[in-house]
Amino acid sequence: MSSKAKGASPGGGDRINSELFTLTYGALVRHLLLDLESPEEVNKQLDKMGQNIGIRLVDDFLAKTNTGRCRNFREAAKTIAETGFRMFLGCSAKVTQIDDKECKMVLSENPLTDFVELPEKLQPLSYCSLLCGVIRGALEQISMKVECEISKDPLKGDERFELHMRLVEYVNEEYPFKDD
Amino acid sequence: MPRDSTTLTFVIVGEETPIYECEIKAGAKREETVNYLHEFVLHASLDNIDEAIWTTQSCYLKQVDRYYDLTVSAYATSSLVKFLLLHDSKNDDGIRNFFHDIHEYYIKIMLNPFHTPTTKIKSKPFDEKVKLLAQKYLL
Repeated sequence: MSSKAKGASPGGGDRINSELFTLTYGALVRHLLLDLESPEEVNKQLDKMGQNIGIRLVDDFLAKTNTGRCRNFREAAKTIAETGFRMFLGCSAKVTQIDDKECKMVLSENPLTDFVELPEKLQPLSYCSLLCGVIRGALEQISMKVECEISKDPLKGDERFELHMRLVEYVNEEYPFKDD
Repeated sequence: MPRDSTTLTFVIVGEETPIYECEIKAGAKREETVNYLHEFVLHASLDNIDEAIWTTQSCYLKQVDRYYDLTVSAYATSSLVKFLLLHDSKNDDGIRNFFHDIHEYYIKIMLNPFHTPTTKIKSKPFDEKVKLLAQKYLL
């Protein structure tokens, strides 16, 4: 995706120009703001959109990479950070802190926010909450219920972009017991 | 009008209205009032700029107007947004570089999804960058 990255992405996904991607996402957020009027509503909507993306994306991810089944939260978090972000966002992420229930990951760069400067009156907006939704949706499909939020955001004055993931529970797969 | 330091006024004119204004002064600030003479001279030069745009291929239009010892230099982007600088000393290369760098920052501002092209530029970082560039090239 990013024009700076070398060669094809792992898994051989298609690439698009990163500026086009950034501006498209910006236009989307702006349009949502216009439609929904309150930044809080936009956050929710972005999160929901992300979840829908994540639900579909995880299949693509599993089909294109040869990663085995992630058995626990630690493995899942590492796979997302090391392979997932590189494959779909063209940037790498590093897991900085991890235990069985919680994890923090830092993105080396965030192509979504390349030109963005958050105006004062939009401070409650969390511009990248789409990413949280994607992670939540993807892990939901592999039977892990997680909560995800942006803990550090350069748009709000922090130094780097950090995501905070928390495991709620492992969901057992439900089988369709009705046999008709 | 007595002057003890360089006077500079920088304005970005959008389609019809100024979208950014900045007074740059060397040394101590003497007055905080708006300098109407500067605004007037800049406004008067707009017609000359409209003519100058079509006489050259480059964005930098050089000096377009003068009023006694005040000179107006201009730069027009391809979307016909004009950068005007009013100055009282001669510094062709510095002004050219100044405009060129401002153009880059201006494009970044325009790419911000939360900025509407016809409204005023209120970004503080932009303001700081303009002042920094002015220090670097003009003073």
